[in-house]
Amino acid sequence: MENIASIFVKSIFVDNMIFAFFLGMCSYLAVSKNVKTSLGLGVAVIFVLVITLPINYLLEVHVLKEGALAWLGDGFRDLDLSYLAFILFIAVIAAMTQLVEMAVEKFSPSLYASLGIFLPLIAVNCAIMGGSLFMQQRAFNNVGEATSYALGSGVGWMLAIVGLAAIREKMEYSDVPAPLRGLGITFITVALMALAFMSFSGLKI
Amino acid sequence: MSKLFSEKTKQVFLGPLSKNNPIAVQVLGICSALAVTANLKPALVMGISVTIIVAFSNVIISLLRNTIPNRIRIIVQLVVVAALVTIVSEILKAYAYDVSVKLSVYIGLIITNCILMGRLEAFAMGNKPWESFIDGLGNGFGYAVILIIVGFVRELFGAGSLLGYRIVPQSFYDAGYMNNGLMMMPPMALIILACIIWVHRAKNKDLQEK
Repeated sequence: MENIASIFVKSIFVDNMIFAFFLGMCSYLAVSKNVKTSLGLGVAVIFVLVITLPINYLLEVHVLKEGALAWLGDGFRDLDLSYLAFILFIAVIAAMTQLVEMAVEKFSPSLYASLGIFLPLIAVNCAIMGGSLFMQQRAFNNVGEATSYALGSGVGWMLAIVGLAAIREKMEYSDVPAPLRGLGITFITVALMALAFMSFSGLKI
Repeated sequence: MSKLFSEKTKQVFLGPLSKNNPIAVQVLGICSALAVTANLKPALVMGISVTIIVAFSNVIISLLRNTIPNRIRIIVQLVVVAALVTIVSEILKAYAYDVSVKLSVYIGLIITNCILMGRLEAFAMGNKPWESFIDGLGNGFGYAVILIIVGFVRELFGAGSLLGYRIVPQSFYDAGYMNNGLMMMPPMALIILACIIWVHRAKNKDLQEK
């Protein structure tokens, strides 16, 4: 239980998807112009992460890992399918986002209207794929840990995008040198935020 | 030969190197660009891998473009890219194991690199294979150039070496010169990239925002 909680807190602050690994930067920079839409995208990312990561974890443990197919019989005992990981993971992610999109469209048209364009884009959000690949690297003990990692990374991502959006809203009124306006100053802002987040790196739970 | 290198293909190739650079102007594929640039070597390998993958996935999608149903095109594109990335990653593991360990998950993340999806959607779906190949090469090089600049600056000032060879002489260190440890930290990649954009936009006034 403590393990789950510590993975959760760690993945928000220490191993933050944006500030430590730069995952999901593209949509992070493109959508962070105002707080409301960025909050919506953040929620969608959490949602998709929490669904896809446990599925990929189960796939990894029961199908892809070396010897994972032993439950099919002795002949499968030394089969190693890990080279299929990329294709399987991305297929799961793309299929799940499609499903989530359809479900949201059916049950909550208002949420769909506000998220609409972002949902299909989430399939190619590096944070989602990165979550699955880091999960593969870290070899969690059970589904609970993988889920808490997914939730933590999602929350960390949302925190980062909402923070940046708030700063950018304020920055509208500042006098930035012309060549830096827009993209340049956003990069510098993110760098400063990342520096601030580095102070968490000594965190021990 | 003249048909292969017409004025248009030249435009398609040279555009992404500067005026339409995938990183500095289109803001695509930032994720991996920042994470692998602490040293020059992984940056170089990453640039080459992405170039190869963009070029060939562009060709494959362009060949398939008339047979892909519109609704599931994203999944088809992802599968093609994922297959190519798997090949590249296995090759790296076989012939350049130390680099592939350093790049870790970022090789896998080429799949979700926005440059790929962006080029496939915007170019390969509507153009012939040869032009798509050139477009992929151009965008790959545009990406690699930025990676190499950032990797160069970070390794030179952060570790005093390039590609692992010592550049800053020992006498500098004896005189009190120190490596800038901050250069090795992730945030510096962002700041260097911001500086590149600054210089780039100061030169090309039409790219400035508002």
